[in-house]
Amino acid sequence: MSLGPEEVKKIAYLARLAVSEDDVPAYARNLSSILDLVAQMNTVDTRGIEPLAHPLAMTQRLRSDEPTEPDQRTLFQGIAPQVEAGLYLVPKVIE
Amino acid sequence: MMEWESVIGLEIHAQLATKSKIFSGAATAYGAAPNTQACAIDLGLPGVLPVLNTDAVRMAAMFGLAVEATVAERSVFARKNYFYPDLPKGYQISQYELPVVHQGHLIIDLDDGTTKTIGITRAHLEEDAGKSLHEDFSGMTGIDLNRAGTPLLEIVSEPDLRSAKEAVAYMKKIHTLVRYLGICDGNMQEGSFRCDANVSVRPKGQERFGTRAEIKNLNSFRFVERAIEYEIERQIHLLEDGGTVVQETRLYDPDQGETRSMRSKEEANDYRYFPDPDLLPLSIDTAFIEAARQALPELPDAKRERFMGEYQLSAYDAALLTVSRDLADYFEATVAALGGEAKLCANWVMGDLSGFLNKESKDIGDSPVDPSQLAGLLRRIQDQTISGKIAKEVFEAMWQGAGDADAVIDQRGLRQITDSSAIEQIIDTVIETNPNQLAQYRSGKDKLFGFFVGQVMKASKGKANPQQVNELLLKKLAG
Amino acid sequence: MHDKTIAQLSAGLAAGKFSSAELVRALLERIERFNGTLNAFITVTADQALAQAQAADQRRAAGQGGPLTGIPIAHKDIFCTLGVKTSCGSRMLDNFIAPYNATVVEKFDAAGVVMLGKTNLDEFAMGSSTETSYYGPVRNPWDLDAVPGGSSGGSAAAVAACLAPGATGTDTGGSIRQPAALCGITGLKPTYGRVSRWGMIAYASSLDQGGAMARSAEDVALLLQIMAGFDPRDSTSAEQPVPDYGASLNDDIRDLTIGLPKEYFGEGLDADVARAIEDAIAEYRKLGATVKDISLPNAPLAIPAYYVIAPAECSSNLARFDGVRYGYRCAEPQDLLDLYTRSRGEGFGSEVKRRIMIGAYALSAGYYDAYYLKAQQIRRLISEDFRKAFTEVDVIMGPSSPTVAFNLGEKVDDPVTMYLSDIYTIAVNLAGLPGMSVPVGFAKGRPVGLQIIGDYFAEARLLNVAHRYQQASDWHTRVPAGF
Ligand SMILES: [Mg+2]
Ligand SMILES: [Zn+2]
Repeated sequence: MSLGPEEVKKIAYLARLAVSEDDVPAYARNLSSILDLVAQMNTVDTRGIEPLAHPLAMTQRLRSDEPTEPDQRTLFQGIAPQVEAGLYLVPKVIE
Repeated sequence: MMEWESVIGLEIHAQLATKSKIFSGAATAYGAAPNTQACAIDLGLPGVLPVLNTDAVRMAAMFGLAVEATVAERSVFARKNYFYPDLPKGYQISQYELPVVHQGHLIIDLDDGTTKTIGITRAHLEEDAGKSLHEDFSGMTGIDLNRAGTPLLEIVSEPDLRSAKEAVAYMKKIHTLVRYLGICDGNMQEGSFRCDANVSVRPKGQERFGTRAEIKNLNSFRFVERAIEYEIERQIHLLEDGGTVVQETRLYDPDQGETRSMRSKEEANDYRYFPDPDLLPLSIDTAFIEAARQALPELPDAKRERFMGEYQLSAYDAALLTVSRDLADYFEATVAALGGEAKLCANWVMGDLSGFLNKESKDIGDSPVDPSQLAGLLRRIQDQTISGKIAKEVFEAMWQGAGDADAVIDQRGLRQITDSSAIEQIIDTVIETNPNQLAQYRSGKDKLFGFFVGQVMKASKGKANPQQVNELLLKKLAG
Repeated sequence: MHDKTIAQLSAGLAAGKFSSAELVRALLERIERFNGTLNAFITVTADQALAQAQAADQRRAAGQGGPLTGIPIAHKDIFCTLGVKTSCGSRMLDNFIAPYNATVVEKFDAAGVVMLGKTNLDEFAMGSSTETSYYGPVRNPWDLDAVPGGSSGGSAAAVAACLAPGATGTDTGGSIRQPAALCGITGLKPTYGRVSRWGMIAYASSLDQGGAMARSAEDVALLLQIMAGFDPRDSTSAEQPVPDYGASLNDDIRDLTIGLPKEYFGEGLDADVARAIEDAIAEYRKLGATVKDISLPNAPLAIPAYYVIAPAECSSNLARFDGVRYGYRCAEPQDLLDLYTRSRGEGFGSEVKRRIMIGAYALSAGYYDAYYLKAQQIRRLISEDFRKAFTEVDVIMGPSSPTVAFNLGEKVDDPVTMYLSDIYTIAVNLAGLPGMSVPVGFAKGRPVGLQIIGDYFAEARLLNVAHRYQQASDWHTRVPAGF
């Protein structure tokens, strides 16, 4: 399985990663070799095998519906890049 | 000229009425200062983990039971991955392949008096996103994450709806139902109940669906109707002009009354769903389902049937009275307090009471006249202390806080005159002062009877018993 | 004092031979002296450590506290520590002062354990050599040209060089066992769900598990005793009672059956490493254990499956690093897309970006079934292999790593070769089983680790098996020259 430069750029966009034009060939090469490694999976027939998402056969525990979290806005926004009037700021979102 | 058929499916988002969020212990109260109800989990801080709220699951199960759906023994939470500033983790926790509720249905009433069954494909639990505030903050957008993590039930219908009117009827029915169940406050201004509409058209008789457009975030019944109507027209025109419909997301602009393409959200939508590894499969056992079943109130359809049988109400009246649980309860409390006379109670609840509520945009729960007070008023109509017309005046006084019906009647001297000699006296005076009309009447102009009734009622300030007035006038006018 | 085990230090504190403050001061001096060479610590919390030590001394004086009150340890810089930088080895979190504590940190605090600082790691725990850290590589105290292994390389090096008697680590594909092996210390990756993941920055949620690293199995038992247990804040945490890990350390192992999977002794295993492992197995025979050949037929598929599952989960887990609420934000973003792509492009290193991209690709439309679903099916096969094996044997043994520590820079440009360092450890994570690495000798002058794999929640048995070996050998007591 080999990935070309256009595919690398498409994936980088999907993952919102800026990749410089110079780095694209190296990414293409490395990602392709990882996909080659991964392709070894195809040596085994897995038809009818139920996928395993979690190692332990447990089910979801439920929490009681109680507000337990105090307001910690000051603490949390102390580590934010940019805030104003209690809001996190981002470049203008155009709908 | 080709005949077209529209095909509509709705995805309704009902915010569940829990006290805390679906995966965190932050409060869900509406209107708090920005980001004061966004805890570490809602902010998606590194290292935080979700734990599921039991009441969100209970509410989803109640909804499932109410629409006769299957409540899944096993369902799975998945991540829907996309980047947006109001989505702190870069993914929304939702359900994808295995939703908690599937395959239900709902019967809606159509304008022509018939009914139609609408399939409910699924209802799944998910978390809401935050809000982007586009007011100018130094040229930037502000993000409030208080709403992030609020539990939603997304209710997805089959593409069974064939007109904007059907879509609205279905949406209203779901709205009534979730409020009955107490699982959603239904407040559409606050965004607690909103919908996306999938709309397509096809030539009548064609089986294959046309290409659909999804209209996002409709938050009023009126908008749903107008947006769908507009979209149907738009697609038909497009096709008749030889164009093709593009599968896309559109936004309804209520000011322009049109839908517009939302290309910004459309680009490269690849959500990369996969089971959320921080959450385990949700297992719902029979005990949990039974507890949810026990918590179910009488549902709107059942209540309507019962009202028709128990109170001998018309289908129309029964439907109106059962539109909300509180209204139906008010009506029943009034009948109980009065000890019967359901039709009279129904007329007053749907008439004057609802009129005043609407005028002041009040909920039935905020009515200044409670059921026993209304029954007190109706009792006085029943025992002929006052006429129906005077009752309206008394009701208005009660609404304004003048006290119980009896107090108002006494204070204002509104008691009905039933003493026939007193009524005769009034009639005599009226006849005396209107000799011309009397002569005309006696010479055959029967229509003037109404004139005399009016004059007598007026002279009695409306208090004379109308039936007695009729009988005595007939006799007197005859000479 | 610095080369003593936690158990010895605990006895010394209890007997009043020295105070926690004295001990902490001595270790802080060592860190000061050696960290420039080793780069094991990203952050040293000296003032806080001394304050905690004094509080611990007071607790002990008042007759309170437990066996570890006043014992200093180091935390892998992946555990959130309130008020202390928690970088995860990334530029992305270089400015991140955690606003809350991980459950593991909270539990150690409550036990009176002192935190010396935060140890270096591969960026977001993605690596096998601790070379991908934004803060530069860690060196192996046994040979400064060698890597310490990874991703918990800072913790492993700190313990091996006696800068801390114990440390926390996390293991997603071998990140406790492989560096423990390469640094000649003892490390345990518990059963998935045994230790809370709350506050442990996620790499691959269904594989990540916190554990302990120290110089002996006895010490690891002491640390695990505090770390283990159910946490209502972690949905994947197991509601299982925590046994007394110290109580069974000396249990007899004459009834022990050891399984040796043929897949762990084949091609790719360094001959000198193999010899050290065989010597250790021979020692177990001497101790009365029975040895049996077994097979884990799907073991060779563990790496391919892992490099789908872990990147898939990481591509989603790391989406939250977007420059909006915390962490790195690029300078003067032109628009929202620019904010995202540059903050992430500049904040993450290349290995992290590679794994995010592989994961995004494997989950994207049209590829999900061929990659993600297939990998999950193989995961089931691998876990079934172990289940069958544990009907026949009590523990499984083999090498922790196919080679001893390799040289810095040797594999850094070839991700796939680097990935093969975890060839023997990864299957254990896919199955969620507990695994240990125990030092069993040297090859080419660098340490060799024996991996011991147990059945679910059999940590006590693993610690017992490791402890009995350490009673009969002294590999674990060796200290690298110059430290
Ligand atoms: Mg939807
Ligand atoms: Zn939704």
